[in-house]
This record gives sequence, structure tokens and C-alpha cells, in this order.
Amino acid sequence: MIRLSIPMREALEKLSLPFLMAAAIGLMLAGRIDSGLADRARMALADALTPIYSGLSRPYARMTEAFGRLQYLWDLASENAELRAENAELRRWQSVALALEAENARLKSELHWVPDPAVPFVTARAVADAGGLYDRAVLVALAPGIAMHVGEIALDAHGLVGRVTEVGAESARVLLITDLNSRIPVRLVASDARAIVAGTNGPDPELLYWPPGTTPAEGEQVVTSGIAGAFPPGLPVGAVHYVRGGVPEVVPAAELGQFGVLRLFDYGLHGIISPESTEAEGRGHGS
Amino acid sequence: MEVDRTPGIRPRPSLWRQMDALGRQSFPTLGTAAGMLLAAAPLGLPGQAELLPGFALASVFFWSLFRPAAMPPAVVFALGVLADLLGFAPLGVRVLILLLTYGIAVGWRRRLASQPFLLVWLLFMAVAAGAAFLEWACDSLLLLQPLPLAPAIFEFVLTAGLYPPLAALLTRAHRGIAAWERA
Repeated sequence: MIRLSIPMREALEKLSLPFLMAAAIGLMLAGRIDSGLADRARMALADALTPIYSGLSRPYARMTEAFGRLQYLWDLASENAELRAENAELRRWQSVALALEAENARLKSELHWVPDPAVPFVTARAVADAGGLYDRAVLVALAPGIAMHVGEIALDAHGLVGRVTEVGAESARVLLITDLNSRIPVRLVASDARAIVAGTNGPDPELLYWPPGTTPAEGEQVVTSGIAGAFPPGLPVGAVHYVRGGVPEVVPAAELGQFGVLRLFDYGLHGIISPESTEAEGRGHGS
Repeated sequence: MEVDRTPGIRPRPSLWRQMDALGRQSFPTLGTAAGMLLAAAPLGLPGQAELLPGFALASVFFWSLFRPAAMPPAVVFALGVLADLLGFAPLGVRVLILLLTYGIAVGWRRRLASQPFLLVWLLFMAVAAGAAFLEWACDSLLLLQPLPLAPAIFEFVLTAGLYPPLAALLTRAHRGIAAWERA
């Protein structure tokens, strides 16, 4: 330790705070000028923390599971009655589905239908909430050696979750459809009208820009339209729901509140990605 | 050179005692960093995104006020960088907020340390309100778009509400585990 006179030490101590504040402002400017810098630092930290969080998430999952089981025992009777009713309804739908499946197979064979190519995907565990005050995102853990690209599509068992925006060595960040910056071109299934699902950082994103003359119906299914090449067509996004004031929102089909496991599909789409993340990935346009 | 504030007879500074003292002295910073890592863990709690900056602010404020020697400005800077990186926030904003908080707490500590808890809490609320507003303003400026105010207000409320239970916990730590006079 360097020995300094007391007035000198005091002067240095007084100076250190303004100096560090100036450094903080410098950091803001540096992050603004080169956003790749902040992204790289973030993903490096996320990579370092991912194994810890994956280790933590298992006992935590077991604990929540135990609580869930208690809740389950508590609700058993009412849930049973609900399930019986639902089962009767589903049996009716099953016969309809079987008839439609048979018809579909017959029509496809008559038309010499070319099946859609299978899309490669990886399944990964969401290990951390990577959102901030103004972001809604999750971090998924990747096994080392798995090639992940910016622009891959994340789905859970029920529907669209979001898109990969940053990729590290052992983790990737998925921007959710509820994020303020998320804009998804969609199609309303019943009316075949196009619209945009815009995130608000709230639990349910808004439905915007549907064509004049059509009104999104309550409960109408919303799927991706594939316009602009960021999402493939036909992925389930959610259902239209009107809130007070007649503003249509989209209740996401995916369970965005709780993530266990996500599937990340590589459709080969790198349509609309912010210039910074393309740059950070070292990948050119139109690839 | 350390000024001997409490002259008298004391045990020999053995290696064990020095390690103990070092552990106690680094408890505020390590505890704050560990708490921040925990707040970013996948617990799926509601309002968890706002918990991380709130916890960092409350913790830095508390230790700057009651044990500033264990929370030097360079450490506050590092904690701010950690908060920015963990929270995927624009780099530097929380660093500045935490440094300002440190400055306010250290500047007021002579007048405030002996005051009743309610008054300290009131000042902390003012600091938290300023922090939430500054974060909103800086984020809006850095992202070049006006962001909604509601999350900032929510963060302020959460941070203000977090302070009393956290302060109760940290006060125990302040007198127990972090007290290097007792090493």
C-alpha cells in the first residue's frame, strides 16, 4: 500500500467520486457508440452464470413441484369435474378431427402434395429472466457446441414465445413477443386479415393495424403471417381478447409467465434483425 | 496509515483474525453482489426485473450510510456495472445512479445516522424516486424514444417497500457478521 499524507488521501478520496461518475457517463456513451461491446460483455457474464443458474434451477423446480402437488391435491375434486366436462367435449372433437384427418390424407394423395420440409430445432431450458425494466426476455442454456443463430424462433408447447436476439457460447437470449420492441406480422385466422402484434411489456401484447372494414372478433385465433421474413407463416401466436375501451389485445398461446423448456427452430430466417446484432454476429445481410 | 480510533489492549493480529476481519469487511460488497445474482436467478417471481435494481439501490444506500468504509466508490462502480449487465439495461445508467446514491448517503451520514428509522426511510424514498426518474430519463435518452413511465413508478414503489425489511436484515448484519470490530 502506498503511504500518502492525510491531506493528500483526503483530496484523492474527494476526487474519486466525481471521477467515477464521469467514467459512468463515459460508459453510457461507449455503450451507445458500440452496442456490440455491451452485448458481448452481457453474453460473457450470462455464459459464466448459466451453469450456476442451471444448477440452481433444479432444486428450485423440485421445490415448486412439491408446492404444486399440494395445490393439486387441494383442487382435485373440482378439477376432476372440469376435466370430465372437457373430456366429453374433446371426444366430440376427436371424431371430427379423425374425419378431417382422413379427408386431408385423401386430398393430399390426390393432389400429390409436397410435404413441408422438417425444420431442425434444439430444445433448451430457460434458465434466467433476462429482462430488465424495459425488456421482456429470457436466457436459455445451450450445450456447448450447439450452433445457434440470431433470428431463430422460440416456441413452447402451445405457441410462439419469441426470437433469439443474442447468442453466447453457452447461452442465448430470447426476446419475448410481449417486449416493447416486438412487432410481429400476423394473420387473423377467421377473417384472413393481416395485422401486427405489438408488445407493450405487459402480459398481453396489442393488436394493431388491421385493415379497415374488418373487425377482429373476440377469441379469434392469431397466427404469424410470414410477411417480412422474420417469422415463418402459420405459427400460433394467441387469441384476440377485448379489454376495456375496445382495444383488442392478443392473449399469447404460449405460457409466457413460466418457462421450463423452449424449442428453438432454425427456419433459416434472418429477416429483420437490428444492425447491431447482425454486426455482433459477424454475419452479412441476406444470409 | 490507519488511525487508531480505539486505543487499548486487543488480541494479537493472527492470520485467522486477519482473515476474519477481511471477511467481515467484504461482507457488504459480497453480500450485495450475491443478492443481485440471486435476484437475476430464474425464480419466476412477479416483479423480479424490478427487484434487481431496487435491491442494489437499497443495499448500496444502507452500507454507504452506516458503513461507508466497506462500500468504497470503486466497488459501487463495479456493482453498478454488474447491475447493468445482469439487468440487460443500457450500460452505465445504474452505475451513475448508484454513485449518486453513494454520494448522497455519505454526504448526509453525519446528520442522518443518528436519526430515527422513519426519517432515513423518507430520505431513501426520495433517493429511490430520483433514481427511478433518472433511470427512465437516461434510458429514454439512450434508446432515443420516450419510454412509458409506469415501470419506473412501479420500480420506485417496489424499492421503497423493499427498504424496511432489507434494512432490518442488514442492521443485524451490520452489528453481527459485518462488524469487524468484533473480529
